[in-house]
Amino acid sequence: MNMHAQPQSTPAETALIDAFGERLSHLPGDGEVALKRDQSVEALKRGLPTRRIETWHYTDLRRLLTAVPEFDATLAGKPAAPLIEGSPVLALLNGVAARPVAIEGVDVERISEKLGDGTYAPALGPQGADDAIGALNSAFVADGWLLNIADGTVLDKPIELQNVQAGGQVHARLAAKVGAGVTATIVERQTGSGDALVSCVDNVVVGDGSHVTWVIVQEQPESATHLGQFNAWIGKDAKLTLFFMNAGGRLVRQEIRVAAKGEGSDFQLRGVNLLSGDTHTDVTMVLDHEVPHTGSREIVRNVVTGKAKGVFQGRINVHQYAQKTDAKMACNTLLLSDDGEFSTKPELEIFADDVQCGHGATVTEIDHGHLFYLMARGVSEKSARGLLVKAFLAEVIEELEDEQLVEALEAKLDRWFATHG
Amino acid sequence: MLEIKNLHARIVEDGTEIIRGLNLTVNAGEVAAIMGPNGSGKSTLSYILAGKEDYDVTEGDILYNGESILEMDPAERAAAGIFLAFQYPMEIPGVATMEFLKVAMNEQRKARGEEPLKVPELLKRVKAASATLQMDMGMLKRPLNVGFSGGEKKRAEILQMKLLEPKLCVMDETDSGLDIDALKVVADGVNSLRAPDRAIVVITHYQRLLEYIVPDAVHVLYKGQVIKSGDKSLALELEANGYAGVIGEAA
Repeated sequence: MNMHAQPQSTPAETALIDAFGERLSHLPGDGEVALKRDQSVEALKRGLPTRRIETWHYTDLRRLLTAVPEFDATLAGKPAAPLIEGSPVLALLNGVAARPVAIEGVDVERISEKLGDGTYAPALGPQGADDAIGALNSAFVADGWLLNIADGTVLDKPIELQNVQAGGQVHARLAAKVGAGVTATIVERQTGSGDALVSCVDNVVVGDGSHVTWVIVQEQPESATHLGQFNAWIGKDAKLTLFFMNAGGRLVRQEIRVAAKGEGSDFQLRGVNLLSGDTHTDVTMVLDHEVPHTGSREIVRNVVTGKAKGVFQGRINVHQYAQKTDAKMACNTLLLSDDGEFSTKPELEIFADDVQCGHGATVTEIDHGHLFYLMARGVSEKSARGLLVKAFLAEVIEELEDEQLVEALEAKLDRWFATHG
Repeated sequence: MLEIKNLHARIVEDGTEIIRGLNLTVNAGEVAAIMGPNGSGKSTLSYILAGKEDYDVTEGDILYNGESILEMDPAERAAAGIFLAFQYPMEIPGVATMEFLKVAMNEQRKARGEEPLKVPELLKRVKAASATLQMDMGMLKRPLNVGFSGGEKKRAEILQMKLLEPKLCVMDETDSGLDIDALKVVADGVNSLRAPDRAIVVITHYQRLLEYIVPDAVHVLYKGQVIKSGDKSLALELEANGYAGVIGEAA
């Protein structure tokens, strides 16, 4: 095991172990599910990952997670207005699924029921010794949504999944089994009002020939801890576009684990980190090209203000038989303050010999010449900076094909800049 | 309209003094040409007028309509009616030209306490101004100045000047990089802005531009000072004899 035994538990570690004892009787599932929960809590008992664990080097969870709030069943989150008007909304309110809505071509299931009847057991448990988010979530997960999208379904509106916390702890799952030949956009909102500890694990299977766009918008308050994990498996000739926007949270880690499983599959990652205040945000991606003729592009753009710290780790594994892989990764940061930081760690591990892979990273400040030019036309300094920040990020957002989605995300960008820029 | 008194200024970064006791008066309704050899401080003067923070004014003052502008930032100066047409307009990726025009026009209006222009009215004005400069509206959908040819960039500068309707226009080497046809279009644009309540300062190296934009006054800048002033015949004299004669006289 990589997670070293710690000489003494931190208050946060102790609180998590104690919470498990108290929560166990309230959590759905027994038999295999209970066994998986137990294995997960055993992993937690070995201690939260520190900087000595390579994948957590820039985010020492043991040090950064200073306190863990208690569960509070009396709190209830309120659903938010959907990003796009008319989207069907499936909400989790402080960790509990609200009433489901009917969506044509989609069979919606509650994760609590699948935990209760034991059918969700195979999806539980940490994936590897360094999977602290998987362990934490598997130990405590109480509810979530599973979308079964039938073959050939074409959704005309995005489905919006909301995980709205009101405080305490929330551990949820969002999952989708996407059949073949599907076209769908899923919006995942991570938001709330409390000083919560949130974990959310997504499992997405993209069937052959399907085109799925998954959009994560994380806007936790600056007092919350958000630990997300997005797992996906992409089938033959299928395309998955994952877009994320991090615009909140005190301590945030979003993991992305994607496997290109079918020939002709394609993965596109577009991400925007808007970092402000005294916060820490980590996006860690592991992408496996497992078969020949697959492609991927990752573009992450970061804007850093205040004393915020950001991390992007991007690892691309090209397996031995994955010839003709075409993978490119870029991470660009715009630093708006002297006290902000961003660390980028790209890694390529290539076992095939006929591939095209590359990566690049840049860190820049606002160009003074650009700023002067705009101001010389009467644009105030704040607006000029706003225009330049938006220009830096818009390129990534505007690649989304849904215009309403682009507008909604750019509106979020404007609001973020008005407050933090 | 513009009164520069004993101005001394240096580059912030290395302290080099570029403007060394410059005096200049430009009246409303006037077109003033500022000429001078390379390195005499012409472009620096234009940047200082616009408020670029790379320069420190160490002595003297710049009065615009009787009030000092030294404490105003570039945006405040622009809103007050000062416009600099850049020698090398910046390319700004990601900012659509049309969006930029909208923001610039409306921010200036806001600073002056005027209502923002609505999109249809804005489009109408932009279309009319582009037509007189023989500019394609398609260009305005592209990011600001990105991939524009030298001539297109200069036209875009004049377009902005026409739309923003400044009171003091400072044109830095507007003729550089223009062929003769583009030069005529740009000069027509500038001439159309001549007005009794507007002053235009044309900074140029060569007399050529002054055949199309005929100045009321010509000032020769050398080593950060105005060493000689005259009417348009001074420009012709410089063209014929070079700067050496004037410089010799002043020395």
